[in-house]
Amino acid sequence: MPDPRHDAGRGRRHADDAGRRSRRRRRLAAAGAAALPLVLAGCKLPTFYGYRGRTSQAHDEFLLFAGTVIAAIVVGAITGALILWSVFRYRRRSDAIPRQFQYHIPLEIFYTAVPIVIVLVLFGFTVYTENKVDNIAPNPAVTVKVTAFQWGWRFDYTNQHVFVTGVREDNPDPVGLGGKTCVASAPTPNDCLGPALVLPTRETVRIVLVSNDVVHGFYVPQFNFNRYALPGHTNRFDFNISHSGIYRGQCNQLCGLYHSQMFFHVVALPPAQFDAWVTGTQPQPDNASLGSTGASTTGASTTGASTTGASTTGTSTTGTSTTGTSTTGASTTGTSTTGTSTTGTSTTGTSTTGTAPPTATTSS
Amino acid sequence: MTLLQQRPPAGAGDHPEHAEHHDEPTFIVKWLTSTDHKVIGINYMVTAIVMFYLSGVMALAMRVQLSSPSGVGMSLQTYNELFTMHGSLMLYLFAGPFAFGGLANYIVPMQVGAPDMAFPRLNAFSYWLYLTGSITMLLGFLTSTGAAAFGWVAYAPLSTSTYSPGPGADLWIISLFLTGFSAVFTGVNLVATIFYLRAPGMTMWRMPIFTWNMLVTALLILIAFPVLTAAMVFLWTDRHLGTHIYTVAGGGVPVLYQNLFWFFGHPEVYILALPYFGIATEIIPVFSRKPVFGYKGLVFATLAIAALSTGVWAHHMFTTGTVLLPFFSLLSLLIAVPTGVKFFNWIGTMWRGQISFKTPMLFCVGFLLAFLMGGLTGVMLASPPIDFATHDTYFVVAHFHQVLFGTAVFAGFAGFYFWYPKMFGRMLHDGLGKAHFWTMFVGFWLTYLPQYVLGLHGMPRRIATYPSGLGWTALNMASTVGSFIIGASFLIMLVNLWVSWRRPVPAGDNPWDGHALEWFASSPPVHHNFEKLPPIRSERPTWDFNHPDARTIPHGRHAEHELVGAGASAARGDDTTGA
Amino acid sequence: MKVESRLLVGVALFFLVTGVGYWFWSYEQSGTVMLIGAVLLGMVPGGYYLWWSQRMKPRPEDRPDGTLEEGAGVIGAFPGSSIWPFVMAMGLFSCALAAVFGLWLLAPGFAAVFFAAIGYTVESRRGGTV
Ligand code: HEM
Ligand SMILES: [Cu+2]
Ligand SMILES: [Cu+2]
Repeated sequence: MPDPRHDAGRGRRHADDAGRRSRRRRRLAAAGAAALPLVLAGCKLPTFYGYRGRTSQAHDEFLLFAGTVIAAIVVGAITGALILWSVFRYRRRSDAIPRQFQYHIPLEIFYTAVPIVIVLVLFGFTVYTENKVDNIAPNPAVTVKVTAFQWGWRFDYTNQHVFVTGVREDNPDPVGLGGKTCVASAPTPNDCLGPALVLPTRETVRIVLVSNDVVHGFYVPQFNFNRYALPGHTNRFDFNISHSGIYRGQCNQLCGLYHSQMFFHVVALPPAQFDAWVTGTQPQPDNASLGSTGASTTGASTTGASTTGASTTGTSTTGTSTTGTSTTGASTTGTSTTGTSTTGTSTTGTSTTGTAPPTATTSS
Repeated sequence: MTLLQQRPPAGAGDHPEHAEHHDEPTFIVKWLTSTDHKVIGINYMVTAIVMFYLSGVMALAMRVQLSSPSGVGMSLQTYNELFTMHGSLMLYLFAGPFAFGGLANYIVPMQVGAPDMAFPRLNAFSYWLYLTGSITMLLGFLTSTGAAAFGWVAYAPLSTSTYSPGPGADLWIISLFLTGFSAVFTGVNLVATIFYLRAPGMTMWRMPIFTWNMLVTALLILIAFPVLTAAMVFLWTDRHLGTHIYTVAGGGVPVLYQNLFWFFGHPEVYILALPYFGIATEIIPVFSRKPVFGYKGLVFATLAIAALSTGVWAHHMFTTGTVLLPFFSLLSLLIAVPTGVKFFNWIGTMWRGQISFKTPMLFCVGFLLAFLMGGLTGVMLASPPIDFATHDTYFVVAHFHQVLFGTAVFAGFAGFYFWYPKMFGRMLHDGLGKAHFWTMFVGFWLTYLPQYVLGLHGMPRRIATYPSGLGWTALNMASTVGSFIIGASFLIMLVNLWVSWRRPVPAGDNPWDGHALEWFASSPPVHHNFEKLPPIRSERPTWDFNHPDARTIPHGRHAEHELVGAGASAARGDDTTGA
Repeated sequence: MKVESRLLVGVALFFLVTGVGYWFWSYEQSGTVMLIGAVLLGMVPGGYYLWWSQRMKPRPEDRPDGTLEEGAGVIGAFPGSSIWPFVMAMGLFSCALAAVFGLWLLAPGFAAVFFAAIGYTVESRRGGTV
């Protein structure tokens, strides 16, 4: 809202009518600025092929996205219409030479100033949204340390001494919604590829993201969010998930041979179910998890943070070692996109190989 | 207009070498030894177009693989190599060299009325570095471990020896050395040519916009490429000498690579775009029969784009979580302003013109429409929250293809069709050119519109296979079909070239009623370009010469001055209608 | 020379402002260093041209009323053809490949560069002005 004192000050300094005009303009701008979020907040907005977002951050992003698309369509339509109009209207009709004008200064100033205004408005909304999306709550309910490695993920629930890890398409921990398996409760079986990142809804979840080797990308489309997993640098961000569900995720930053298959998925459970899942996992010592029990990779890390390093190194070295054989093996295993767990054949010896059954049932 | 002023071919008498040039050596000797900017320019363009076709074939192979979720059996390694080489070829070996090495080399000296580039032998040297650099990059395919496979950006640590062993990666790095030096030398050469070899009367404010854009591009190259070379040196020492500049293990900083790379990389994007803006700005006025609208505004817009473009590098790193979001977001958004100004100037140029839709003009309209959409989605990506949702997805792939294809291909081939008659003295077939355009235009939109949707639905880039059942299959198929339509359009261009080669239609010196000085020379121009020059009293001396009674209407503060300038020329008597 | 020098000095000033702003906003070193580099890139040649532009008469190509007669005379040396750029580039190519395929490639590389440098110089003496 315009500050009245400020307004008065300006009125004194300027000629009367100018002041009135600027005040009117400012009031208009203020009205526009106030109206836009209102318009946007109404969930009647078309999605423009984007996701409305399953976290509060994602929803904020969606509003910005939709608003920007609308602005872009307006600007694009006007400019495009001008282009097409001149193209059709001024087709050559005779050999006459048209008037050789070159400048129209007021017009040029106009079409420089208008984009500046548009861009600054967009910048304002950007900063507003950005601050909400990037905001870090002081004490999140759950903190998950996500470690990306070639080519899989490890999710450490640092306070609960639990972790989940898995490589590529393999889903070692078939937890889904409402006590069912992931495949049974997800929209399509392929939403369940890769290890599960189980998170509670309606609470603040802190993700602490690092990489063990190269740069990876932590990307959940329905959260409208991705962030690099960098080696040597820790990224932190929060999610406030609004709907329980299963949301596919995937590495989106090129990380080597199996980048195409570096899946994971988020299983968002209501808080009570989440607690049951976190506390209900059978604690298992790390070396036991190397055996071939069904849920072997959902294990408890005996000493929290310290084992993280040990066990993920174990996994990632196996990951790297597949590079040697991969060029030949890759093409055949790599093409299994139907949710079958053929990955088992190439990721030899990792703790994740024992988990074929749950995904095997999903082949469509 | 009576007096045709002659620029005496000075020194011709006392220097017998000068005469020597005119006995034509055999083709191969000429090719190896020529320092004529026109020959070198054509060498550049031919090489660049070969790279374009090669890279296009790689693109089609990728599209075939992506046409169904599990692909057609291409190995993951092959796919990674293909997009790396496709991107690298397109950006480093086609789009940049085609305009900046090729067209600029050929056209800029002519537009400023110079006999050659300032340093002809350095110019030849640049070309050979570019050619050897291109060969080096392609050599990667012949090594046992294959070509580089880390994307055209080669992020460390993926590009370090731990994760990308093998000579393919080294060849890629070396190739960027060679082509990088080539670009810097060409940049220096162009700046010197423009600063020192302009014909009398060709003030800076009378240079055609094409030349202005090339000058600004040259400055950008001088700012950006040394940083790339430095980044590559570090990468190489990390790989071979055991330094740890980019690896955490030895105390290095992986993100440093991204900072260095994008400090080069984003200006590079404009190094690729500005020359093509220049081409469009050259063609649209000619076919509208009007002076370019807002000449000075356009120059300032170009300068503003260039300046801002060096302050936005980290908008490619929004999702690293290590950069200052508002700074880079604001500067990136602001680039939209001068770009918008350019758009309106192009529209203003067509406004109330007499537009004839010969092939080059059609390609320019295609460029305007493609770039409009690519630019608008670019503005969206400059907003970090939106980038968080779309970074490294097909949304970005669609965005940068619309921009790059719009500039390098639409505007680039507009320039090719436009200047081909000048370079070879023969026309390209207009009907075939239009067929090329329309096929490509349809294919272009069919290829890239679905990719926006794919990106918004969460399909990451650089993946060789994707899960089925997510609704991506049909869109990918559409994109693949579109890409083959594009491919077909370039076969039409080959036919066109073949036709013009077998049944030449003489072009004459000035087939389009052109504006700038190059249209005053013969087609193809003689050695050292001009036998005579018209008086230079505006940015379109050839037009002024041919249409003495249709000069640009003087305007504004300088109107008086312009008249005085014109008055000093021989054309004074004819200038009565102008005021 | 005025416009040219202003252009380059403008480049320097722009990057000075951006660089200072960037440093105090972000305290990030690599970007700041690169921006300083850009300042120098504008300042060094720009300063040189500025210095000259104040001391010389505008050239015919700097004046809107410059006529072609004023530009008559020798423009510069433009050799019509030369094999040495090719030889030198092949030398450099060989040196570059040495970084991948083995250091022995440095030998022919340096030899070619060496001969090309001599060839270049000798050729320059011969002239070939236009
Ligand atoms: C025939 C038209 C073209 C087709 C069908 C095509 C197709 C493709 C495909 C399939 C990819 C890989 C996408 C991915 O997996 O992430 C790609 C990447 C790329 N293309 Fe094109 N492209 C075309 C033209 C161009 C042009 C004209 C340029 C530039 C002047 C270009 C520049 C790039 C770049 C820079 C990449 C990124 C490479 C990377 O991810 O490292 N493309 N293109
Ligand atoms: Cu990845
Ligand atoms: Cu950029």
